[in-house]
Amino acid sequence: MSDKQPLLEIEDLHVRFPLRRNLLGRPTVEVHAVSGVDLTLYKGETLGLVGESGCGKTTLGRTIVGAQKATSGSLRYDGRDLTALSRREQGASRRRIRMVFQDPFSSLNPRMNLRQIIGDPLVATGEARGAELEDRIAEMMRRVGLSPDYMDRYPHSFSGGQRQRVNIARALIVGPELVVADEPVSALDVSVRAQILNLLRELQAEFGLTYLFISHDLSVVENLADRVAVMYFGRVVELAETGALYEHPRHPYTEALMSAVPIPDPSLKGRQGRILLPDELPDPSDPPPGCAFARRCAYAEDRCRTGEIPLADGARCVRSGELDLEGIVEAESSRP
Amino acid sequence: MTLKEAEGIAERPAEVARTRASQRKLVWWAFKKHRLALVSAWLLAGMLVVIALCEFVAPFDDRHRDSAYTTAPPQVLKLWSDSGFGLHVDGYTSEQDPRSLRITYEANPEDRIDVGFFVKGEEYELFGFIPMDRHLLGPQDPGDPMYLWGTTTDGQDLLSQVVYATRVSASVGIIGVLLAFLLGIVLGAVSGYFGGWIDNAVQRVIELIMSVPSIPLWLGLAAALPAQMGPVGRYFIITTILALVAWTGLAREVRGRFLALRSEEFVTSAMLDGSSHTRIMFRHMLPSFSSHIIAALSLSIPGMILAETALSWLGMGLRPPAVSWGVQLQDASKWSVLSGAPWLLIPGLCVVLVVLAFNFVGDGLRDAADPYKH
Ligand SMILES: Nc1ncnc2c1ncn2[C@@H]1O[C@H](COP(=O)(O)OP(=O)(O)OP(=O)(O)O)[C@@H](O)[C@H]1O
Ligand code: SF4
Ligand SMILES: [Mg+2]
Repeated sequence: MSDKQPLLEIEDLHVRFPLRRNLLGRPTVEVHAVSGVDLTLYKGETLGLVGESGCGKTTLGRTIVGAQKATSGSLRYDGRDLTALSRREQGASRRRIRMVFQDPFSSLNPRMNLRQIIGDPLVATGEARGAELEDRIAEMMRRVGLSPDYMDRYPHSFSGGQRQRVNIARALIVGPELVVADEPVSALDVSVRAQILNLLRELQAEFGLTYLFISHDLSVVENLADRVAVMYFGRVVELAETGALYEHPRHPYTEALMSAVPIPDPSLKGRQGRILLPDELPDPSDPPPGCAFARRCAYAEDRCRTGEIPLADGARCVRSGELDLEGIVEAESSRP
Repeated sequence: MTLKEAEGIAERPAEVARTRASQRKLVWWAFKKHRLALVSAWLLAGMLVVIALCEFVAPFDDRHRDSAYTTAPPQVLKLWSDSGFGLHVDGYTSEQDPRSLRITYEANPEDRIDVGFFVKGEEYELFGFIPMDRHLLGPQDPGDPMYLWGTTTDGQDLLSQVVYATRVSASVGIIGVLLAFLLGIVLGAVSGYFGGWIDNAVQRVIELIMSVPSIPLWLGLAAALPAQMGPVGRYFIITTILALVAWTGLAREVRGRFLALRSEEFVTSAMLDGSSHTRIMFRHMLPSFSSHIIAALSLSIPGMILAETALSWLGMGLRPPAVSWGVQLQDASKWSVLSGAPWLLIPGLCVVLVVLAFNFVGDGLRDAADPYKH
């Protein structure tokens, strides 16, 4: 525990999307997608990030890799604040933090063949060309389990699992340290999921990668993550070691998530799995005071609805000390 | 079941070919199935050859004028006459009406004019630098009248004039459209990609141009040209004017596509890969719809050709001695002339043919542009 070295420190991170602007271009209505996240990633670990659809997981991931600008707060990577970097310096940090996207279809350019897609980060920055480029692409393809013979093929000829391997190859070819994997298997057939997850695990061991693994599938996270952060409404509401979290959740929202395992696919939203959680999420453009979960929480009291509740002792809940919440018991036996 | 089968990877040779086919090949395969478009494409290819070899294809040069034969009717190529076998045309006999002084011509089978391929004729420079005097088809004796499509009111060979006019009119269309597309693509791309005030500015300019009806706009701009301007200068200015009016529609379309593509994850990836904005726009995004652009290109050329024809016909575009289809049609605009010389409408037929051909090719390309849909 003591040899844990922080790699990325996220402090009070906020991301807001303007929905409407006034005549002067000032936002009048905003969606608060990430509202005050504090999180530290340690070298070599896998941090699982779970939460239901729309809670801001993707936005947080995109902000970390630099695809989204933070509204406020800081992202300290290896001691340097990423939000304060110039465009060129950001370019360098982008090689150390890479993203694997959720959708294996829209994330690959249909007009480019695998050589162009996987080699793109090297070509775009002029890092490699000619035979060296070719070799590095072939090498990377082999490592993710793709035959270099496929180099001249176009994405339309590959299945979801193969495409996700391409995505992984493209992310890893620049030798990153931190990989943000945004639901990398949720769009895949169940039969291929395990293969991709195993690949991610092997690559982590081989390259000493640190993962931020975003998912809404608790069982996937349980198998892969060292620690888990539970996100609700733009905030981390619980953060714990995976085993502890699954046995003894300390936040009522985590308990609710677990009782609904597997969390339904966002596309099926509203049809199943929501039985436990009455009411909808609060309006993200007008967040209520106090605990954001209060309207849906079975344990809510008056004191929950006033004031700011800090993340204390791993849970953002005033009653976490007194409640005895239920985790997933039967999952224990199925863990390897 | 092998892993490859399980993951649905194509292994049979035909399928492998398809997986390696670039967008361009897939579009070509789909285009070939479109008969009319394919025929039109050949026709246009032929036209391009004629344009390139214009001086060689035309029996006479564009300044050739024979005042002895004004408004002479077309001749028919013959292989056989009383004096024997051989490619020839009949000469003319003329007759002047004593009252109207109008001359009418008739074919005279007695007067055989021998015609040959690759005959010596007027000197010219092919591609502007190869000196030559051979013509694809012409009278064996360069002084003889061989007017296969008849002559104009000035006594010029209509066939030669049409060949030269094709070069001018088609190139105004093609160059004008290329210019318009350059503007449209760059401004549309920048507008859709960056958004914000840049987008606002470009959109306002487009609205301004679009709000003025194009014919008065062309006329106004063309009327502002100095009258003493040479034919070459006029040609380029007219082309530019047409392009400046035509780019807006395309810019809108390109902007819409960029706007839609901007949120695609592959664009985000390209950005995270460290690509510059220019590289993202023109290497990653534009190829997604390049076949649509080529289709649109082909569909816009007719408008440009018609615009030039109309302008020149009205006397506001190109002017003699430059020859374009529009300039030629001025000849045919008087009924008194046209009733006696219907062949003067041949340039109009060319316009219709070329416009249709570009439209068919454009349609074929547009249908073929989305090979993944089939
Ligand atoms: N570009 C954007 N513009 C406006 N609102 C956005 C944008 N991106 C995300 N949002 C909003 O921010 C909130 C968080 O979205 P985000 O995609 O981060 O959620 P998520 O946890 O990844 O959900 P999912 O599980 O569905 O992927 C949502 O309310 C979403 O509508
Ligand atoms: S603070 Fe109150 S409302 Fe919020 S989760 Fe805890 S018990 Fe429920
Ligand atoms: Mg998401």
